[in-house]
Amino acid sequence: MPGATNGVFEMPKTTYINAQEGIKSWLLTGDHKRIAILYLISISIFFALGGIFAALIRIELLTPGPDLEAEMYNRAFTAHGIVMVFMFLIPAIPAVLGNFLLPIMIGARDLAFPKVNLLSWYLYMIGGLLTLSAMLMGGVDTGWTFYTPYSTSYSQSYVFLTGLGIFIMGFSSITTGLNFVITTHKMRAPGMTWSRLPLFVWSQYATSLVMLLGTPVIAITVVLLAAERVFGVGVFNPNLGGDPVLFQHLFWFYSHPAVYIMVLPAMGVISELIAAFSRRRVFGYSFVAFSSLAIAIFGFLVWGHHLFVSGQSAYAGIIFSLLSFIVAIPSAVKVFNWTTTLYKGSISYETPMLYALAFIGLFAIGGLTGLFCAALGLDVHITDTYFIIAHFHYVMVGATVIAYLGGIHYWWPKMTGRTYPEFWGKLSAMLIYVGFNLTFFPQFILGYLGMPRRYHVYPPEYQVLNVLSTAGASVLAIGFMMPVFYLLWSLKFGPVAGPNPWGAKGLEWETASPPPTLNFDATPIVTEEAYAYDAEAEESAYQAALQQAKHAK
Amino acid sequence: MWAFLVTEVMFFGGLFLAYTFLRWKYHDAVVAASGHLDWILGGVNTGVLLISSLTMAMAVHAAQEGKRKATVNFLILTMILGAVFLGVKAFEYSHKWHDGLFPGFNFHWTENPGYAGGAEMFLFLYFVMTGLHGLHMVVGIGLVAWIIKRANRGDFTPEYNIPVEITGLYWHFVDIVWIFLYPLLYLIQPPHH
Ligand code: HEM
Ligand SMILES: [Cu+2]
Repeated sequence: MPGATNGVFEMPKTTYINAQEGIKSWLLTGDHKRIAILYLISISIFFALGGIFAALIRIELLTPGPDLEAEMYNRAFTAHGIVMVFMFLIPAIPAVLGNFLLPIMIGARDLAFPKVNLLSWYLYMIGGLLTLSAMLMGGVDTGWTFYTPYSTSYSQSYVFLTGLGIFIMGFSSITTGLNFVITTHKMRAPGMTWSRLPLFVWSQYATSLVMLLGTPVIAITVVLLAAERVFGVGVFNPNLGGDPVLFQHLFWFYSHPAVYIMVLPAMGVISELIAAFSRRRVFGYSFVAFSSLAIAIFGFLVWGHHLFVSGQSAYAGIIFSLLSFIVAIPSAVKVFNWTTTLYKGSISYETPMLYALAFIGLFAIGGLTGLFCAALGLDVHITDTYFIIAHFHYVMVGATVIAYLGGIHYWWPKMTGRTYPEFWGKLSAMLIYVGFNLTFFPQFILGYLGMPRRYHVYPPEYQVLNVLSTAGASVLAIGFMMPVFYLLWSLKFGPVAGPNPWGAKGLEWETASPPPTLNFDATPIVTEEAYAYDAEAEESAYQAALQQAKHAK
Repeated sequence: MWAFLVTEVMFFGGLFLAYTFLRWKYHDAVVAASGHLDWILGGVNTGVLLISSLTMAMAVHAAQEGKRKATVNFLILTMILGAVFLGVKAFEYSHKWHDGLFPGFNFHWTENPGYAGGAEMFLFLYFVMTGLHGLHMVVGIGLVAWIIKRANRGDFTPEYNIPVEITGLYWHFVDIVWIFLYPLLYLIQPPHH
């Protein structure tokens, strides 16, 4: 059975972590691994912040009556949405895991433009802190969607400052995307052909394309929004002759593809985890790789499913509905390929694998309920209710956050050189799974029964389900907090991992843990395809060991 | 760099979409407001930019041939032309302010009052679009200045001149954006003053 380290290893002498010392050497670094760590720290802090806002929301919804003022509640859910979407979900996997792993996985010493990479972290921090300062000064009450004309003409809150922050963070996405695309094209090690790329790299590549094509559109939309507020002109305000639906088109033209910026990298992580813990090559490798590209492309054609009730033409609605069903196909292809990979695999259930399995189940629910939303007639009933909230949390948290955590656990030994305690890992994974379902499943029912989103009060008959949801959120919060403690603990006390604690395939497992600054002592030469596992041999070895253990008893 | 230019296309694409909407919805007001733009100045600027594209191309060519002096001279010429463009633009902007055609802060529409809303929006887009284009020009001039410094230092050889080439690509791109902006903004109505 593949599993935790048996042998005793020593920490390598010089690693990217101790190669240079002092805060300054981190803040001015060009090393993609160090930049990934910078991102890891800042993103974790923002995630905690977003969680605090979520707690506020759930506490308010514990009882039907108002605990917070409506205005305060609006600011809380807006802050929650903005922090989670723009400051956590979009950068999380690309900027932390992608930054750390992409160059190593293709056998490169660094990204193509190390300084640009550092710049992207600074842009992210500047944008993030501006947005944060807007929140400290009083916040925004428009929702993370900034619908006009409320956001341009009526809201008395800090729309401009927040918009500026998001605009700047957008450039951080663009620079990261550029860097990844160029690195994947130009810096692959000898023998690392496109058909040998790990699926994680494929997914990062597809994501980068979406970032490059989509982000500028949101940037310009934010510019127009801000300019409209400053100039007092009404391109988006019907009272002044403008058209609010134009804003919605522009916004969703980015924000639907953005859901794929969040979920594609997660799918890449899952492909790696499934292969490693079932010891098989991912079934239908090229289907999985190309479905990423298909999602990236088709994802740009379905934004109109967010405008079914906006008054867009009925024909547009029908076409967008149809296209949305089509975009579900490549996602389903992936799910079928993962499950087929498990079949006849030599499976083991370490923490990362628990996350991977949770992902498959939760993403299936999220995707299928996406089809409910995409069905034109049904959506008229469920739009703007808690059903939508549940749908997108199943994909954003159930898929992306789960995959992110699974990836952090899987590559933690590589990043830090030490292993975390499995028991606590599994326990927190299970708490998260239970807590998550308890939080969000009731919301499907609530939405179906008609509870609208974005209100701080609700009729008493909805209370039971809301109490369940808040209870689930508390379990979820505990589950999220546990890794902070045991991962930090492992930095000092965890057993030394050695280069390949999982016995996994992939270039990242062929170098030391943690890797040296230039990743490899010598440029690796790739001679086999990705995931060259032998599940049958592994399984029979495992069975033999089991027999022996029995006899020994 | 090509990847970056695709990003830029999407960036301006959003604006062109807003423009299309405006023009379709407020056709007459847009025509009236466009009449207030000085097509001659715009035309002069178009010429200036076209010439600067030429000098830029010459600079890239010279760099590829390893002619340092020529490279630097053409680059300086490009930079001057860029500055002329911005100067003319600044003159146009101040003119708009004087005429009370600055949306939001100083806007007094004296003609057909039915057109006021559409005209203000058109001028708003005019300022946003040309403003962003101007910002790109400023960045471009900065890039050219940086390339001049490096060329002077003798960084470029016939084998290594990618930065010159990339800056050239960027410069041409910004010019092309203007080639679209000019007719769409200035030439909607046959000029008769
Ligand atoms: C794969 C990852 C996915 C993510 C991250 C995601 C995320 C979201 C989000 C955030 C919203 C809420 C928008 C809002 O009102 O604020 C949403 C709504 C929606 N999603 Fe998804 N989604 C995903 C997959 C899908 C799929 C596969 C489909 C359909 C095939 C789908 C169809 C819809 C529709 C139609 C809506 C709009 C519902 C409405 O507002 O009336 N989604 N999704
Ligand atoms: Cu969508």
